[in-house]
Amino acid sequence: MSRAPARKARPARGNAPPIHTRFQAWGVNHAQALVFSLGRLYRNPFGAALTLAVIAIALALPSGLWLALKNLQAASGDWDHGAQLSVFVADSVTDSALAQLAGRIQALEAVERAQPLTREDALAEFRALSGFGEALDLLDHNPLPALVLVTPVPAHQGPAEVQALARQLEALEGVTQAQVDMQWVQRLQALLEMTRRGVVLVAILLGLGVLLVVGNTIRLDILNRRREIEVAKLVGATNGFIRRPFLYGGLWLGLFGGLLALFIVGLALVLLNGPVQQLAALYGSDFRLQGPGFSGALGLLGTAVALGLGGSWIAVGRHLREIEPQ
Amino acid sequence: MIQFQNVVKRYPGGQEALSQVSLRMDEGAMAFLTGHSGAGKSTLLKLIALIERPTRGQITVNGQHLNTLPRRKVPYFRRGIGIIFQDHHLLHDRSVFDNVALPLVILGYRRPEIARRVRAALDKVGLLHKEKAQPVTLSSGEQQRVGIARAVVHKPAILLADEPTGNLDPALSREIMELFLQFNQVGVTTLIASHDLELITTLGKPILKLHAGKLVHAEPQPEIAP
Repeated sequence: MSRAPARKARPARGNAPPIHTRFQAWGVNHAQALVFSLGRLYRNPFGAALTLAVIAIALALPSGLWLALKNLQAASGDWDHGAQLSVFVADSVTDSALAQLAGRIQALEAVERAQPLTREDALAEFRALSGFGEALDLLDHNPLPALVLVTPVPAHQGPAEVQALARQLEALEGVTQAQVDMQWVQRLQALLEMTRRGVVLVAILLGLGVLLVVGNTIRLDILNRRREIEVAKLVGATNGFIRRPFLYGGLWLGLFGGLLALFIVGLALVLLNGPVQQLAALYGSDFRLQGPGFSGALGLLGTAVALGLGGSWIAVGRHLREIEPQ
Repeated sequence: MIQFQNVVKRYPGGQEALSQVSLRMDEGAMAFLTGHSGAGKSTLLKLIALIERPTRGQITVNGQHLNTLPRRKVPYFRRGIGIIFQDHHLLHDRSVFDNVALPLVILGYRRPEIARRVRAALDKVGLLHKEKAQPVTLSSGEQQRVGIARAVVHKPAILLADEPTGNLDPALSREIMELFLQFNQVGVTTLIASHDLELITTLGKPILKLHAGKLVHAEPQPEIAP
């Protein structure tokens, strides 16, 4: 080693390379830490596989539930368009007046179709569909009112618009009541909303689980490399330098866990799509299962990476400080 | 270069490892630190490298007042110091080359420069041909020399060694000590803790003697003022 005698006290950074080299080296250092932490996973395949499986399942469960919900909403969205109003008409209105009323309703901007149903029509339909036809024979007069079945135009299918239309129709002469036949749709929506909340809760809990799993894995990794950390600190490694490979380790766990979770969700979709289509066909629908889509997949991966980094950040912040050379 | 003023180090539990130690080593000086086990040799070295902080008293090393040096600056301070341990603290999951390269990687040198400097350091300790070997395959004398190469590879201003010849036979010990003399000749301030009085008295460098945490004896004293 050739070295000129030092003449005065060097500053602590005196033996560092020039700034541009150090800046380049900083990038190289990050790249090395990235590859190095990947290599660590590769060298410990069994442990890594176990950890990844836990992370993947914890991520796949809420993702799968979310997808199921999304599909249910899509399916029920079709039924929304079936919103119908039954406009009951006073018994005093004659059949011809009923036809005129239907014509007036049909002329409204919000109405797509208005079908008049005289008292006799209503009785015939009831007899045909309810199965209580014989009971009706015991009555000496027709108890059913005449009505107009109103289907709003698609732009007026929303609950608020339909309610407004109902009020408008009730104001017409001869109309006793306009009843909205969408209660069951509203009930389903409320049920779906409740389920959505539940899925969010499950997702938060499982996300926390992923955070802890990654945190614990990185913690064990840190404890296993205690000696290396001590030596690095002795020769002047900053906390940032020591932290880096562990943080990237968490990042890899998150990324691969997320990819595995996507695979699990995709597999479940493929397995379920056939039966679902069969079921839909029985209802006369050509409904198919929707996948997470590009943005959904990206969101899942992003969340997974963030959880991995977050978990390792917690472990690293807590444990690296404790390890000092003895 | 290294200055202690009335330094006291008391470990938790009340045991006083150093009491009222004052000493001064100028830049480029070399000295040996001796005394029984438990006399405070390791503690003194640890205080210089900021592995421990003093309970009382002032320490100045390499122009830095250690009492006021904040925690985040400790890594940069340590880069000016090379430390050698009796058990050499090598990492067994990587080659000799990678062990020696560690300080340079931390400092941010580029790969070709790292290779050049690591080979120069290994050449200096006579282990150039072992750069690809794993530390466990080396003899303890060779392992110690890898430890020395790692301590000097980044050209620190100060070299500290804690019983560097503790496990070695007399011939190997002398070889190691002569290495330290050579580093000192090129200007590295060198402080070596050793209880091998027989060896160090023949080397013509000042000897500081610690007894029960007190500096009791220093001879000769051209560069040292206890």
